[in-house]
Amino acid sequence: MFEDKNKPIKILLVDDERGFVDVISKRMSKRNIEVTRAYSGTEALQALRKEDFDVTVLDLKMEDMDGIEILKIFKKIAPDLPVIMLTGHGSEEAARDGVRFGAFDYLTKPCDFEELMVKIKEAYQQRI
Amino acid sequence: MEQAKTKNNAYYRLLTRKMILTIIMVSLTPMILVSSIILYQYHTSYHEKVQAHLNELVLKHKQNIDNFLKEKLADIRFLAETFCFDELKEASFLQDRLEMLQQSFGPVFVDLGVVTSQGLQVAYAGPFRLGKALYFEADWFKKAMQTRYFISDVFLGLRGLPHFIVAVKDNWMGEPFILRATIDFVAFNDFVKNVRIGETGFAYILNRDGNFQTKPFFDIAPKKRPYREFLKIEEDDPQKVHIVEKADDSGKKIIYVAAFLKNGDWLLVYQQNHRDAYLDLNRTIIVAITIIVFGAIGIVFAALFLSKRMVNRIAMADHEKEMMNKQIVETGKLASVGKLAAGIAHEINNPVAIMVEEAGWIKDLLEEEEFHKSENLEEFERALKQIKTQGQRCKEITHKLLSFARKTDSRIQETQINDLVKELVALSEQRAKYSKITIHTNLENNLPITYLAQSEMQQILLNLINNSVDAMEITGGELTITTYSEGDGIGIEVSDNGRGIPEANLSRIFEPFFTTKPVGKGTGLGLSICYGIIQKIGGQIEVESVIDSGTTFHIRLPVKGPPER
Repeated sequence: MFEDKNKPIKILLVDDERGFVDVISKRMSKRNIEVTRAYSGTEALQALRKEDFDVTVLDLKMEDMDGIEILKIFKKIAPDLPVIMLTGHGSEEAARDGVRFGAFDYLTKPCDFEELMVKIKEAYQQRI
Repeated sequence: MEQAKTKNNAYYRLLTRKMILTIIMVSLTPMILVSSIILYQYHTSYHEKVQAHLNELVLKHKQNIDNFLKEKLADIRFLAETFCFDELKEASFLQDRLEMLQQSFGPVFVDLGVVTSQGLQVAYAGPFRLGKALYFEADWFKKAMQTRYFISDVFLGLRGLPHFIVAVKDNWMGEPFILRATIDFVAFNDFVKNVRIGETGFAYILNRDGNFQTKPFFDIAPKKRPYREFLKIEEDDPQKVHIVEKADDSGKKIIYVAAFLKNGDWLLVYQQNHRDAYLDLNRTIIVAITIIVFGAIGIVFAALFLSKRMVNRIAMADHEKEMMNKQIVETGKLASVGKLAAGIAHEINNPVAIMVEEAGWIKDLLEEEEFHKSENLEEFERALKQIKTQGQRCKEITHKLLSFARKTDSRIQETQINDLVKELVALSEQRAKYSKITIHTNLENNLPITYLAQSEMQQILLNLINNSVDAMEITGGELTITTYSEGDGIGIEVSDNGRGIPEANLSRIFEPFFTTKPVGKGTGLGLSICYGIIQKIGGQIEVESVIDSGTTFHIRLPVKGPPER
């Protein structure tokens, strides 16, 4: 298994809940993960056009855009980019749709941080 | 609520009354009208028939008696005109004539006598010893001397027996004499004695003074009788028959039929009790009235029965409608509460997630070297762990709420009853715990899947669970929910060991608005709605309760396939 300690995993974290995005990025940075924060669908698309990421964590429910729409666009721009979706309890149906449209996996909110980390690593390894 | 019920009851009572009255009026009016008309017609024609019959009877007898009298007079006239005074005054000759008359007419003629104008009977033939009797002071003699022919009233005379006299006045050598005959009273009496109809009908003859000329069958006092009225009538038409109905002293109605005889001297009266004369008519009327009365009673009972039944049906339909409305409202309420809860759960999830992550962040930071020396490090770590645990708990609560809310739509969908039970138990557990109630579930693993509206099933189970929890709120206790397959269906049992339901309330427990909870605490609709829903699904709900030992609700549901589209 190849893992470069010096080269951090690049993650795009998309959620309109600022507090959540901020604290998660801080915790991830501490674990040698480079996090790009996007607080809306639009910001996420802008970030994706600018640079490449290893994994994307995407909240399915945001104010400006529907998570599934964002996922479809992501898959067009970067077909190989694994997307982990975050979904509210009770909207697993949408998340399962997402998996059909090419998402790597989904987690229900509020998710356990360690669980999220495991999923990110799985996605990263699968990409390589 | 009670007020509305009594108001409804008053409405149904009014409706019942109106229906009863309408049915009775519509059925009884034509019946009574038709019967009255027919009875009246029958009554009238029967009266006419009876009167015509009596009329005929009296007229016939009057003619018979008149003829009889005329005949007897003619016989005596014949004697007087055929034979001369000289011949007649011979007693033996007179005796021969009497015997001849008796041979031809039977013992009608009792005796014969020849009386001079001075009133001396010069010859006599007959059974009495009346030879040489003096009649110049006798009433009949005076009257007979004034006319050519005379028939006397009945009198006792010298012989002391009732009889009457037929007298013919003739002249012999310028000197008038009278040939008289006595008519046998018994023979004459037979004319009217035999006129008997029914039990009370009989006839008799009166003279103008109101004295009996025949012996009446019954002992009656002629003075008080209404034929006094007849006696005042001046006869103009000899064929005329008078009919009068009058009550006697004892109140009995009597029919009198009378006709004058003997040129208006005598009155033939036939009398009969009204009741006797119209016996057949009265019987028919009684039978008809009995039938009408029984018919009316029948109609009244039918009206009562039918109206009650119809109004009950209407009440039941109204009741079902009302239940349905309430149920729709309640289901709607539950759905909106569900939506609200879902919204709140969603909103709470985010802050909780942030809190938990911030705690995680603190934990990350604590791992750095500089904090390792802190003496409170262990406490920090314990507190952070607690935050994480409680965050997890919040998550579970919101998840439960969300699963509940997700099922508030009333679409019919594939349902595993066990899952529903688990969710509802999870939702109610917290409340139960506060009241020291433990909820056990005893769920059959292979419970078949059925199609139903989950929101409705939720409502039923939540209602039963809440009721049980209410019943054990103070004392605490155990609540057991059991599911099992039962033939083609599914059985659910919700059982508690609370204070139980009194026998008197048990039968009313599914009635709408029936509640034992204090005003404002319960609408009394919960169980009635459960009942309505289960009925609609095609299931059954039963309750079984023992005071101080607990209550069990049994529900049986049919297993249904997906609805047809």
